[in-house]
Amino acid sequence: MNVLSDNFAMFREGFIGTVELTVLSALLALVLGTLVAAFRVSPVPALRAFGTAWVTLLRNTPLVLLFLAVTLGLPALGLKGWDSFWLAVLALGCYTSAFICEALRSGINTVPVGQAEAARSIGMTFGQTLVQIVLPQAARTSIPPIGSLLIALAKNTAIASGFNVTELGSVQKTLNAASGYNIYVIFLWIAICYIIITFTISGLFRLLENRLAVAR
Amino acid sequence: MNEISVTKDVAPAADALVVLDKVNKHFGALHVLQDIDLTIARGEVVVVIGPSGSGKSTLCRTINRLETTDSGSITIDGKPLPQEGRELARLRADVGMVFQSFNLFAHKTVLENVTLGQVKVRRKDRKAAEATARSLLDRVGVGAQAEKYPAQLSGGQQQRVAIARALAMDPKVMLFDEPTSALDPEMINEVLEVMQQLARDGMTMVVVTHEMGFARSAANRVVFMADGRIVEEARPDQFFSNPRSDRAKDFLSKILHH
Ligand SMILES: Nc1ncnc2c1ncn2[C@@H]1O[C@H](COP(=O)(O)OP(=O)(O)OP(=O)(O)O)[C@@H](O)[C@H]1O
Ligand SMILES: [Mg+2]
Repeated sequence: MNVLSDNFAMFREGFIGTVELTVLSALLALVLGTLVAAFRVSPVPALRAFGTAWVTLLRNTPLVLLFLAVTLGLPALGLKGWDSFWLAVLALGCYTSAFICEALRSGINTVPVGQAEAARSIGMTFGQTLVQIVLPQAARTSIPPIGSLLIALAKNTAIASGFNVTELGSVQKTLNAASGYNIYVIFLWIAICYIIITFTISGLFRLLENRLAVAR
Repeated sequence: MNEISVTKDVAPAADALVVLDKVNKHFGALHVLQDIDLTIARGEVVVVIGPSGSGKSTLCRTINRLETTDSGSITIDGKPLPQEGRELARLRADVGMVFQSFNLFAHKTVLENVTLGQVKVRRKDRKAAEATARSLLDRVGVGAQAEKYPAQLSGGQQQRVAIARALAMDPKVMLFDEPTSALDPEMINEVLEVMQQLARDGMTMVVVTHEMGFARSAANRVVFMADGRIVEEARPDQFFSNPRSDRAKDFLSKILHH
């Protein structure tokens, strides 16, 4: 008996669960990370302080603790009606955003100050300068580390299996519990699923890197 | 001692475009600008000259507030420079700036460099902005390079694009901070010619430069700075042939003997 063909529907569901969790958390992390990076380089001290606090807090909290805080803490604070999938997206997205922010910021630091000064000197606002001039150039240096961060994110989604989310990690636990299958074969198939996802991410980022290298 | 009254005649306060009044600026303990009073009339071309570290760049940069000041006031066309934010951005659009290191937007083509500010700041539609950009690029002699990226251009071409980018905002005054210092000798003239044409067309200009030829032929006034102060102001012919201060004599003897 083959564990994959016997349980194909379950594998498919788990695979899709992991992909959805990765994609949605990645989108949230990219949006939040960019926003917080903008805060951290903004001329407004309060925004800078918020950005620093966000990064310090989220980067230094173990992801499992963050999951606990989100899945137990938020409902206790009155945030009802979110299912465990969206709470997991929230935890993973916020956690990863702190790292994305720092990757972007290191990219921003490689853009010569003259670029921003030239933009300001023709009357562009801080926001315009950031969006039109600085971030596009920062992206070139930030893309490779952001690719690594999203690969780490894809693997981190496994933690969600401990919090009632259907994804590859939970498939593996269910099948391990079901007797009769070789545990190593289960692991192998699960690993192959993750490899498909992580290789896709690295491929996409290599494409992106090449496109940005040409446009200059 | 009547040179000063002559220069004041050239710059009647009634048509003052840029006015610096008792401007002071420190970098930590260093007092870079000390009680700077300077009035620039509409249409006037002022060349700022002086030894390295005397505060010429800082002076230029305070006029569009790329550097903040500690005290004193700066007004442009009757409006005091705002502190920060949108108000300041709007005023900056009226003050063109050309940098020593060009600072063209590296990820945008030449045409985009000259179009961007018109669209994002002046809110012109793209068609009109591109037409303006192309005619300005032709005017500075780099029309054929419009689709290239800055890195594909020579220094002289890049600087002329930078001038076009500033002109595209239709500024009231143009600031040049050593626009030819980073250029190979054979490219200096192509940039100076563009600036000379601008001066003839009546643009108000503040130019930090050590190009005596340009100062003699295009400037209405030379401002000599040393140690954060304006030491001497005079017409170019007077300043170069007959400087009054010892600092200026000393400085001129050094640069003219090289
Ligand atoms: N951002 C800064 N922080 C600290 N000190 C600075 C800064 N910018 C300039 N200075 C100092 O202020 C002084 C004046 O600098 P500035 O660049 O205005 O001189 P300059 O007259 O333009 O000289 P140069 O001919 O070399 O360009 C110098 O001593 C310089 O070291
Ligand atoms: Mg300088």
